[in-house]
Amino acid sequence: MSLITTLARMEAVREGRAQPLTTVRHRHLSARPLAFVPLTTAGEAGAPLGALVGTDRDAPRLLIVAQPRDRDLRFAFLAELAEEIQPYLDSYADEVELEERKETDPETGKKVPVQVELCQDAPQLLVPSAAGVAFVRLLGRSMRFRRTAEQDPETPFPAPARVPLLGRWLTHYGERARVPGSCLLLSLTELLSRHWATGQSNLEDQHLGSLLAWIDPPEGVPGAEAALRAESERDANGQLRCPPAGPSTDPAFDNKLLAPAMSRYDAARAEASQGVAGGGARLRLAEAELRGLIESQLRPTWDALWRGVDLLRALPEGARVADRWKRDRWSYTGHRDRVRAGEPPQPKLDDAVTAAQKLAARETAQAQLEAHEALDDPLVMAGRRLAGEAFAGEVIDVEMAWSDAKVPRPRPLVTIRTEDRPHLAERVKLHRVTDDGRAQSGEFAGFADMDGADEADGADVAEGPGDAHGQGRALVVRLTGGMGRGKQPEPGTVPEKGDRVCWTLFEHAPRGGPELPDPESTPWTHGGPPDAAAPAQGPQPDPMTEEDYL
Amino acid sequence: MDARALAALAANPGCRRRALLDGAGVDKGALAQALGAPANFGQSQFAHQRGNSFEARVKADGGADLVRLLHERLRDGSEPPGPGAVATPDLTAPGPQGRTARTALALREATAAGRWALLDHPMVSLDVAGSPAFLEPDAVVVHPDGSWTVVEIKSFPMVDGSADPAKVGAAARQSAVYTLALERVASMIGEPEEGHPPGGGGDTAGPPSPVTLADRSPVRARVRPQVLLVCPKDFSNLPTAELVDVRKQRAVTRRQLDRLTRIEEIAATLPEGTTFDLRLTDDGRVPTRPVEELTAAVDAVDAAYAPECLSTCELAAHCRTRSRAAGRVEALGRGVRGELGGLTTVDAVLTAAMAAHADDAPTGDPAVDALRRAAALRAEALASRPEVACR
Ligand code: SF4
Repeated sequence: MSLITTLARMEAVREGRAQPLTTVRHRHLSARPLAFVPLTTAGEAGAPLGALVGTDRDAPRLLIVAQPRDRDLRFAFLAELAEEIQPYLDSYADEVELEERKETDPETGKKVPVQVELCQDAPQLLVPSAAGVAFVRLLGRSMRFRRTAEQDPETPFPAPARVPLLGRWLTHYGERARVPGSCLLLSLTELLSRHWATGQSNLEDQHLGSLLAWIDPPEGVPGAEAALRAESERDANGQLRCPPAGPSTDPAFDNKLLAPAMSRYDAARAEASQGVAGGGARLRLAEAELRGLIESQLRPTWDALWRGVDLLRALPEGARVADRWKRDRWSYTGHRDRVRAGEPPQPKLDDAVTAAQKLAARETAQAQLEAHEALDDPLVMAGRRLAGEAFAGEVIDVEMAWSDAKVPRPRPLVTIRTEDRPHLAERVKLHRVTDDGRAQSGEFAGFADMDGADEADGADVAEGPGDAHGQGRALVVRLTGGMGRGKQPEPGTVPEKGDRVCWTLFEHAPRGGPELPDPESTPWTHGGPPDAAAPAQGPQPDPMTEEDYL
Repeated sequence: MDARALAALAANPGCRRRALLDGAGVDKGALAQALGAPANFGQSQFAHQRGNSFEARVKADGGADLVRLLHERLRDGSEPPGPGAVATPDLTAPGPQGRTARTALALREATAAGRWALLDHPMVSLDVAGSPAFLEPDAVVVHPDGSWTVVEIKSFPMVDGSADPAKVGAAARQSAVYTLALERVASMIGEPEEGHPPGGGGDTAGPPSPVTLADRSPVRARVRPQVLLVCPKDFSNLPTAELVDVRKQRAVTRRQLDRLTRIEEIAATLPEGTTFDLRLTDDGRVPTRPVEELTAAVDAVDAAYAPECLSTCELAAHCRTRSRAAGRVEALGRGVRGELGGLTTVDAVLTAAMAAHADDAPTGDPAVDALRRAAALRAEALASRPEVACR
């Protein structure tokens, strides 16, 4: 945790409510996200127990698995889940715009511009917590190698239609979620804790109810108390008033309510199958009871998720969020194309090249995200300034100068007074954004007197002459770019005396602009056929045993 | 105290409160309940059933499957164990001391026999802050070369060869405690007064017979630093396994156990007559000791609360309340202290940070200066809301 965040947390302790960590929203929020609140059976490899899912906060669809050990019931659940999610995912596939992209012509080997489709918007999945993201990944893994009867009439346990397809989509969303700043699949705990500092630790922030209690406590209740209630308040029956956001359930719920209800269900089912009189009615009753129980654990989380969405929507969106969302749209479009081209499901493990590419892409995305957030948000920039990675101040002198090249280029020297203490060394590269949004580069040229004259005594560059008494120091920056092509800088490209400027030591667009799709989403129709040795249908499905889950 | 608790104890060696309570065998769960701050721990019966049925499945077949799994993972080119090659000595004995002694004996015999043996739920002991803790690993396998492998059976899945790193880490810390305890047993039987033939006949679990000096080839019992973690494979109930090197965890645990202050020393600093007796009613259900008295007794021992306690110690809710009431910065995270120098409370930090507005002169305390800069930058940025950052 950076010092500035620590400070914000302490302010939250003092104020009894969460304090902002940002002044804008740094993640894209869809106008019509799909919320997915899953529950699993404790101790099982992600055997689903139930879920609330949908785009309408007032009318979620409740899905349950009355007996998670029963494969047919689990398949029925997955089929219903696919019924709910797949049409949503597909609904963004056909509204496209055309983008120009450079591609290598297979015959000439030359880069040629081609027109490719880019979906205008993309579906967004929201889950309550980080564990929910992991569960989406797990579900995807468990579903994508299944075979439907249509794909393979011989398959011993055919999966319902759409289940393998949804598995591939969930896998794609789960993978995409590993890319810093991506927004196809987001968890509310991560979203909220990015934007607010609570008066508790990161660990405690994993609890959605308690996090919300800090951000938006009930009238007159201090955050700490509201959070404590959310975490541990139980009713007369020993049940948590605010159930965990899943996918695991509270053991007290399992032992006291769920297990007995499941036994009743099992008994009724046995009776019904033996044709005992009234068995069918009892089975329906038992199932209804289970539905009620599971919904009682899901609904508070569902409502909390949407409350979080409201809070986030109230923040203005950061200026560069749309650029990053465009990458998500590429990612979605790319996967759409892979599916349409009949590619097999994603492999179980990435080959070395793909793994390395993904890693590199994530590092780039991380650097880019950090730069974007700082540029979009003075509060995030404040953290970078405190860390010595940027500085802001007022221009106190500008001196025109030119390079020694045959065709001299403008290299004006700009003196800036700042109280920041950047980690500067001679000729360190600097970056800023001009008033009209263009990138400008510069380099550190030394310290100056506070009246703007160059420092004469050659003071230690690293420390500089310092004035630690609050007046700040004067730094000289030599502008090296962003002034147009001529001998004279274009008007408005050189800051003037009295301007406030902010320079960063980090690059603003580290490698690759927002126009390029990520490697993961380059369909093989554009990047060559998949590994020829791979089986056409992808890896074999997992073998099934009697006691399998999922 | 089980190995999980011990690993947790070792994770917070600075906490005298926990060391004393654990060492004195106090039921922390009941204590927390009586203090009005019950822990949110508990196991779902579904998880419990699943864990048990998986373990039974792994150990079915007289341990042959399990040993085969281990042998496969060793990849040492040795002969795989044939049918009937795995001995499974009986370890039943009365009481933890009895079981520990029986385990030690069985280990010595199996080691001397020079063949595969599976010890199902053996018992070993470890000295914790001056008193013994009895531990029960899921299984220990004795190799024909006299080395031992701790087996840990977990019911979280290994999907495509990898499992949740947090869970693997917890399992590794727990297993490291077993290897430590086993090392003690190994050191006691490592240099037996009588030698045993390495190969042995078919008979294994029987008492070792004295041999002549000429046959003497001393058995070197040793505990392998890799434990076998057995998990369900993918989404099935079939076992798969990986060897997990626990050398690091073992070294950390050993060091931290050594650092644990001896219980007598802690107890000696307490006011005369301090007790954690809940004064339960005759049916043993309702504590009658006044909460204030109990709180005072607990607070008489220093704690070292950090948020990690929430998942490892039953007393966490109580300690958290206390830590927050005292305004301690660690309540926000263990790492927080590092950047705050000598400032230990939230109030002190905020006061130091806010003073900047009145007096800008540097204080000479780098932590305070950094805080002031942080506060000033934060205030400046918040004041500029919602302007766009940085032009
Ligand atoms: S919860 Fe309290 S007693 Fe337990 S380890 Fe933490 S500080 Fe010590």
